[in-house]
Amino acid sequence: MEYEPVIGLEVHAQLLTDTKIFCGCSTKFGATPNNNTCPICTGMPGVLPVLNKKVVDYTIKMGLATHCRINAVNTWARKNYFYPDLPKGYQITQFAEPIAEHGYVDVETNGEKRRIGITRIHMEEDAGKSIHDEHNPATYVDLNRAGVPLIEIVSEPDMRSAEEGADYLRRLHEVLVYLEICDGNMEEGSFRCDANISLRPKGEEKFGTRTELKNMNSFRHVQRALEYEIKRQQYVLESGGEVVQETRLWDEHQGVTHPMRSKEEAHDYRYFPDPDLVAVHVSEEWIEAIRSTIPELPLQKRERFINEYGIPPYDAGILTTTRALADYYEAVVKQCGNPKIASNWVMGDILGHLKEAKQEISESPVSPEALAAMINLIGDGTISGKIAKEVFEEMWTTGKTPKTVVEEKGLVQITDTTALEQAIEDALTSNPTQLEEYRQGKDKLFGFFVGQVMKLTKGKANPKLVNELLRKKLSGE
Amino acid sequence: MKLNELTIHELQNKLTQGETTSVEITEAVFDRIDRVEDKLNSFITLLKDSALERAGQADKTIKEGRGGPLTGIPVALKDLLCTKGVLTTCGSHILENFIPPYDATVVKKLQDAGAVFVGKTNMDEFAMGSSTETSYYGITRNPWDLSKIPGGSSGGSATAVAADQCIASLGSDTGGSIRQPASLCGVVGLKPTYGRVSRFGLVAFASSLDQIGPFTKDVEDAAIMMNAIAGYDPSDSTSVPAEVPDYTQCISRGVDGWTIGIPKEYFIEGIDPEVLVAVEKAIKVMEGLGATCVEISLPHTEYCVAIYYVIAPSEASSNLARYDGVRYGFRSTDNRELIDMYKMSRSAGFGDEVKRRIMIGTYSLSSGYYDAYYKKASQVRALLRNDFDEAFKTCDVIMTPVTPTPAFNIGEKMDDPLQMYLCDIFTISCNLAGVPGMSVPCGYAQSGLPLGVQFLAGHFEEGKLLQAASAYEQHSKIERRRPEL
Repeated sequence: MEYEPVIGLEVHAQLLTDTKIFCGCSTKFGATPNNNTCPICTGMPGVLPVLNKKVVDYTIKMGLATHCRINAVNTWARKNYFYPDLPKGYQITQFAEPIAEHGYVDVETNGEKRRIGITRIHMEEDAGKSIHDEHNPATYVDLNRAGVPLIEIVSEPDMRSAEEGADYLRRLHEVLVYLEICDGNMEEGSFRCDANISLRPKGEEKFGTRTELKNMNSFRHVQRALEYEIKRQQYVLESGGEVVQETRLWDEHQGVTHPMRSKEEAHDYRYFPDPDLVAVHVSEEWIEAIRSTIPELPLQKRERFINEYGIPPYDAGILTTTRALADYYEAVVKQCGNPKIASNWVMGDILGHLKEAKQEISESPVSPEALAAMINLIGDGTISGKIAKEVFEEMWTTGKTPKTVVEEKGLVQITDTTALEQAIEDALTSNPTQLEEYRQGKDKLFGFFVGQVMKLTKGKANPKLVNELLRKKLSGE
Repeated sequence: MKLNELTIHELQNKLTQGETTSVEITEAVFDRIDRVEDKLNSFITLLKDSALERAGQADKTIKEGRGGPLTGIPVALKDLLCTKGVLTTCGSHILENFIPPYDATVVKKLQDAGAVFVGKTNMDEFAMGSSTETSYYGITRNPWDLSKIPGGSSGGSATAVAADQCIASLGSDTGGSIRQPASLCGVVGLKPTYGRVSRFGLVAFASSLDQIGPFTKDVEDAAIMMNAIAGYDPSDSTSVPAEVPDYTQCISRGVDGWTIGIPKEYFIEGIDPEVLVAVEKAIKVMEGLGATCVEISLPHTEYCVAIYYVIAPSEASSNLARYDGVRYGFRSTDNRELIDMYKMSRSAGFGDEVKRRIMIGTYSLSSGYYDAYYKKASQVRALLRNDFDEAFKTCDVIMTPVTPTPAFNIGEKMDDPLQMYLCDIFTISCNLAGVPGMSVPCGYAQSGLPLGVQFLAGHFEEGKLLQAASAYEQHSKIERRRPEL
């Protein structure tokens, strides 16, 4: 039987506010354990939460960017459970009335476009971190993260393949980063994902029994875990068994999912309205004020790049991965007027070098202005494309302008026909055998002579001019 | 009269006229404590050294002419108000070693007003009780009869004022925990409107019901205390940014032409006849002052106790989850793993009544029961609040008994939680509706035990409450007695 996977994803994204959601502590990652804490986020007796309004601003922003309806009245709930890194014994979250509902994200997987529904987005506080000492029977608790604002984005069970699941995540991630409300760092846990997945016979309407997958900390792991779970459930069903509804942990080393101990998931969270917080009323004016701050989103930008610059969808996709990269590219195009060449340089040389140096586009030693100037030098024939590579390397390491590099290294292209004719003459006379063979019809050797000329001119010859002059010479004109 | 027997305003006169000093008053207070504390157990922690030091500072302030109405006045604090650097136990074993690194907003306000802190008063564990018998730190006795309970949960704050161990005190009231002990100890007790006084630093029992309020020797003192503690606090989202009037202006204004509501549901069978007579006499006094007393109905009154014992334990079960032995407070050492640590620490750290309410609350919030209990209770609570809103459209204040009986015997109701819960039958509605309420002494039973009458007013109408109470106090001609100890 052919089975169809049904996948829904729950994403937790940390918001990029300076301070925590209910107190004034810093949200900065990597501080000394328990340094970014106060009586409020450590759950001391008698303390009370006060909402950080920025959290609401950011969440509305995400809601609007994903076409959600923003609810006017927002209440807070307590989710009760015991864990050492949950200082109050409950998490403050939204339950009955989430701030945003009924949105969607468009994804394209293998050329197929699909719309993935977003059920809800709500605000909540993060818990701290438990660090288990492997050598000691001890657990340490770091509450720096306790109270850091999160939004939970719950999708509809609309995805039908592991790949589509990963694509949806990438789109969501992109939007969060574009809005500058989340740094999207999956390793530091700023963007976390849980998955619900079930199989059903193709054509069947009813959902099968689902499992929940946790502990996947990259897009690749999400996709691999989903792929594994699809195979595992299919095997269970095909061998006549039944899928057990349970939470399973992804083991990235073994590439499998394991069921979580049932004790850890048998929770009744006893949600109820948090009496320490008042409802947040979101007015139309508030929503409109936020709407006006939303930048062009990746999907719109991608389409604009394709239409406005005439670059291939693949290029547009890569160049719009982050807002900074897209801005960089556009700055280059603006100053060189050649979108495709600009795209090649940005995607190839710039991104390649950045990756190698583990740097962000904002840290690039070659500014868009410098790159555009270099592309212009190719365009006006000052340097060849090949020399440009050398110029670029020098620009990257020294941060000098292309003009300076070209002048300092004497890399200006030779366009003086007399000099080139001399070089051609030299190339032909020092290779009489090849010349003879060429004359007898071995046309392929034309390229050999071009190479020889380039070698003699140390690559500075204008290739177009060399071709022209060489052809003239050989045809005896 | 001894200095410690005087009121805030009387002492303030003496202080500004240089007839006495804060140090003298504070010494008189501690002298009294030394003599009677063994019998009463009003306090968990005494702060004699720091009090005398602060009294000295207050005297300087007064000398420089910068004193206010509370400068140099010895005040006691219920032991669930967080005090920076001073043990705050909530009457519980589980907080036996908890020293807060911060002050409650009200503590800061009193400190800024120049008050001198005498100590932290005994209370029912986590404010759960009506008799101050559930404290881990021993029972507190009623100064009028040491075989009787003082009421609760703010029993220590009530006895400390009644027995002149301080001039005024702060308590907290979740279902009557200020008004009931005030009534049983013969002092004035006021529970403000929910949101009038910041709860920041008040260790929570039931967050939607808790309010901090004063115990004082007379109504004017209550107004002075309210002036000091009321007002919006950005650290408490549920405190309300409404203007705070000068409450002392409400004293001696009379009630001529007022309408006073007498809710029939509060005059039920089972009320001690002496209580009934005293309250009816109080109503007559008000009529004599030109007020019209009309019978009104608060139809959802009969559900109050039921709603309260769903909502308060539900919130408590969540509020008390933080006492897990992980970060502060008592941790059992007899455990092998995490779940054990929770179980052992909480089993040994909490007393029976607290555990009972955590269980009731956990049950009410459980999936499958939430709709039938917590949600239903919240819905009826809204109806109850509506009863009061309706009533205050026509009434200036409402008058009722505070408690069905005078103080009862120690141990009498400890084995019967339901009987204990019914002690709050007339005080709970006020918390559920969020309106302010006040207990004012209205006489004595044959046994010599004090009795009280309750005034209730609309939201943020503490002014009317104080106006009615002071009119009553001034004209009731209740004989002023002091407990003999």
